[in-house]
Amino acid sequence: MERSKRFEVRSRRPVNLDTFVAEDPDLGLVAMDSPNDPVPSLTLVRGRIVEMDGCDEADFDTIDRYIATHAIDRAMAEEAMATPSLDLARRLVDITTPRIELVRLLSGCTPAKLCQIMSHLNVVEMMMAMQKMRARRTPGNQAHVTNWRENPVLMAADAAEAALRGFDELETTCRVARMAPFNALALLIGSQTGRGGVLTQCAVEEALNLRLGLKGLTTYAETLSVYGTDDSLRDGDDTPWSKGLLASAYASRGIKIRFTSGTGSETLMGYEEGKSMLYLEARCLMLAKGAGAQGVQNGAISCVALTGALPQGVRAILAENLIAAALGLEVASGNDAMSSHSDMRKTAKLMLQFLPGTDFVTSGYSSMPRRDNMFGGGNFDAEDLDDWMAIQRDMRVNAGIFPITEDQAIAVRRLAGKAMQAVFAALGFPAIGDGEIEAAALAYHSDDMPERDLVADIAAAQAFLDGPLTALDVANALDAAGFVDIAANVLAMQRVRVVGDYLQPAAVLDADFVAKSAFSDWNDYLGPGTGYRVEGEAWARLSAIPQQRTAAAMVPLTSGNAGVRLVPRGTATEGNDPTEVVLGLGPAFADGLDRTLCGLTHGEALAAIGEGVAAQGLPLRVVRIHDTADCGLIGWQAARLAGSGIGIGLQSKGTTVITRKGLAPLNNLELFSQAPLLSREAYVQIGANAASHALGRPPMPVPVRVDNMSRLRLIVHAMLMHKREIAAVDASAAAEDLEVLPHA
Amino acid sequence: MPDRDDAEKDPRRKEAHMAPEEITLQALREARITPEDVTIRRRTLEFQAERAAAEGYPQLARNFRRAAELTAVPGDALLVLYEKLRPKRSTHGELLALSQEIIARYDAPETGAYIREAAEAYLRKGLLRMD
Repeated sequence: MERSKRFEVRSRRPVNLDTFVAEDPDLGLVAMDSPNDPVPSLTLVRGRIVEMDGCDEADFDTIDRYIATHAIDRAMAEEAMATPSLDLARRLVDITTPRIELVRLLSGCTPAKLCQIMSHLNVVEMMMAMQKMRARRTPGNQAHVTNWRENPVLMAADAAEAALRGFDELETTCRVARMAPFNALALLIGSQTGRGGVLTQCAVEEALNLRLGLKGLTTYAETLSVYGTDDSLRDGDDTPWSKGLLASAYASRGIKIRFTSGTGSETLMGYEEGKSMLYLEARCLMLAKGAGAQGVQNGAISCVALTGALPQGVRAILAENLIAAALGLEVASGNDAMSSHSDMRKTAKLMLQFLPGTDFVTSGYSSMPRRDNMFGGGNFDAEDLDDWMAIQRDMRVNAGIFPITEDQAIAVRRLAGKAMQAVFAALGFPAIGDGEIEAAALAYHSDDMPERDLVADIAAAQAFLDGPLTALDVANALDAAGFVDIAANVLAMQRVRVVGDYLQPAAVLDADFVAKSAFSDWNDYLGPGTGYRVEGEAWARLSAIPQQRTAAAMVPLTSGNAGVRLVPRGTATEGNDPTEVVLGLGPAFADGLDRTLCGLTHGEALAAIGEGVAAQGLPLRVVRIHDTADCGLIGWQAARLAGSGIGIGLQSKGTTVITRKGLAPLNNLELFSQAPLLSREAYVQIGANAASHALGRPPMPVPVRVDNMSRLRLIVHAMLMHKREIAAVDASAAAEDLEVLPHA
Repeated sequence: MPDRDDAEKDPRRKEAHMAPEEITLQALREARITPEDVTIRRRTLEFQAERAAAEGYPQLARNFRRAAELTAVPGDALLVLYEKLRPKRSTHGELLALSQEIIARYDAPETGAYIREAAEAYLRKGLLRMD
């Protein structure tokens, strides 16, 4: 086969490790708008739904029946179904229609109707709609906190750092199910060390999950998976009614729940009935709403690579998030499972939720390195945090994670470790050594942790679960050991259960343990000037990433170490020596600034040029130009003064020009505009070339490094140095001869 | 040890009445807080249900009302209840009996009605256990 070298290179790019599959509706390989999807319809007889999406009541499957009974608001149905889908799509985007009005109206829609509305929206329109339809005004985020060694000290340290970074919810799970009590405990202590009010969960099977909640160790659960066909739901060993009862059971113990669903799951299980992934997801979402779930995590979740393999799969994923929001549900919008080999493709997909903001931009940002992620590897992990911070700062967007300094991270991790040590000692669990705390404070991943006796930990975790100790005893132990703030936070997490506000839609707790929910912090977006804006303290924190430096720190005032001393010797005049080359220096050269952008001291750059001129046997006169900072004009003045008519202009940042008397000021013989790419050798050759021009010899090529990133890296430095040079300009001062002396 | 006879006379889960503002570190130090004091209460969930209904979230309100009823159901019984609603675990008669029992024992009419509704749906869709 004939091969293009460019195609060959591209074939090795990460994106080509991804799988792309053509639509095939009969296999369920269709993200949106399957030809097998029903046409929206609804027939009500005396307030009873007798037909829905082309299916008579007698033929309803269990999900249809549940949706018809519990999800569809029959009072709104007539109006909603009679309104053209295009109109409803426009109202979703329209900034004059408030969210709550749409939630009310769309509650009368059938699943097929919701999909038809989505079909009218492109992704930008969906993002506009998402910004408005998100339940909570303030966007948020959730972190995953796990480690494969199930080290409780590391887990607490990771939880503390994640909480300090601003995650509203932390989720852990376990490799060994019997470690769940310790994982939940570590997450509770760690989270409340980092920031009071962070909700936590430990994803395990329902009975254990409820027990952890009853002990006061966890506050939410999102393990309630639902699927959009009867067969796939039955494969999950549930019915809509059993899931609904489970939702109530959790609420009866004060545990916030959200359902889990997402496009692709039914196809993966083989029971998609030829329907589009989005249509089946719409059914899941209506099931969740009907069951009284306050929210969902969706957005393909663990099937993201399957939905994403299809044409418009990523659009469908945003559509499913939007349908959930439009139904009034809290949305934890995926972006947790690995979606692509390509960073570009991954980030582009992320922007669909990141920019409009969702209740939880990810349903689990991997706060540790990938290998420690027990959810099957995170889409974004500990290594990507700085990229995330930079993008938030670039766009003035709050996607739920805040920058912290290295010192803050180490300190909070250490504190969490010490709190764990105190609790383990007080409750008679296997001791935590100081070495473990220090390792956890500085760890990259769990390989950095000293070995623990896993068997002893598991036994103690099990005894903890089976015994009478609860989170109250944990608070007591923390208090007794002097961790009063953490104790107060752990206790407050128990107190909020009595109030129950965090069961409200899209609720998270702020640092004062006050619930911010769709009721108390409702999304009032109605176009520019409304809704959530990144202002005040949030913007101050988001913009001040630790990598940010002040101008003064980037280009320090002179250290006095220019590597040369330049002594003025009076006003420079035109030279008479026809061999003389003149080097004109910028106003701040070795007098306020010290180094060129390529890192040479001013003394080194000057010596190199001198060396080059001398190698050609010509004398060099050095002058300072006071009245301009412009490289061309510095050179032009030098040439005017030179007996040979050849001048070199050298700015403090290292930009250099060779020119000849009589040329226009902005014309030149040779210009070296990329100062970062020059070197000592380059300056030697520039000196030699200037002399060659004076002697009428042909110049030689100046060696210039090729570095396409230099402008990117140094443009701020260059700008700041030039500003300094301009500040040193004295428009009324004439050029001065300089004597070049070695640095004292 | 709880009194077995008492437990049989009144199998309902107990709840305490300590006000949220009384749940302080000081009270904890004085050992005045029991685990029951920091569990959610029936009245709390009824209040949340009223709030949800007023905000236009009828399904959430119904869920909270069922949850309010379920606060009285002990943990083990709660898990049994869930298990019995899973596919093919119960006969039609068993679900109807369960519905009656829940209503009578725990004062849980909405949950009872929900189970009865499930029994009808399961009957039509083959989700019942066939003996």
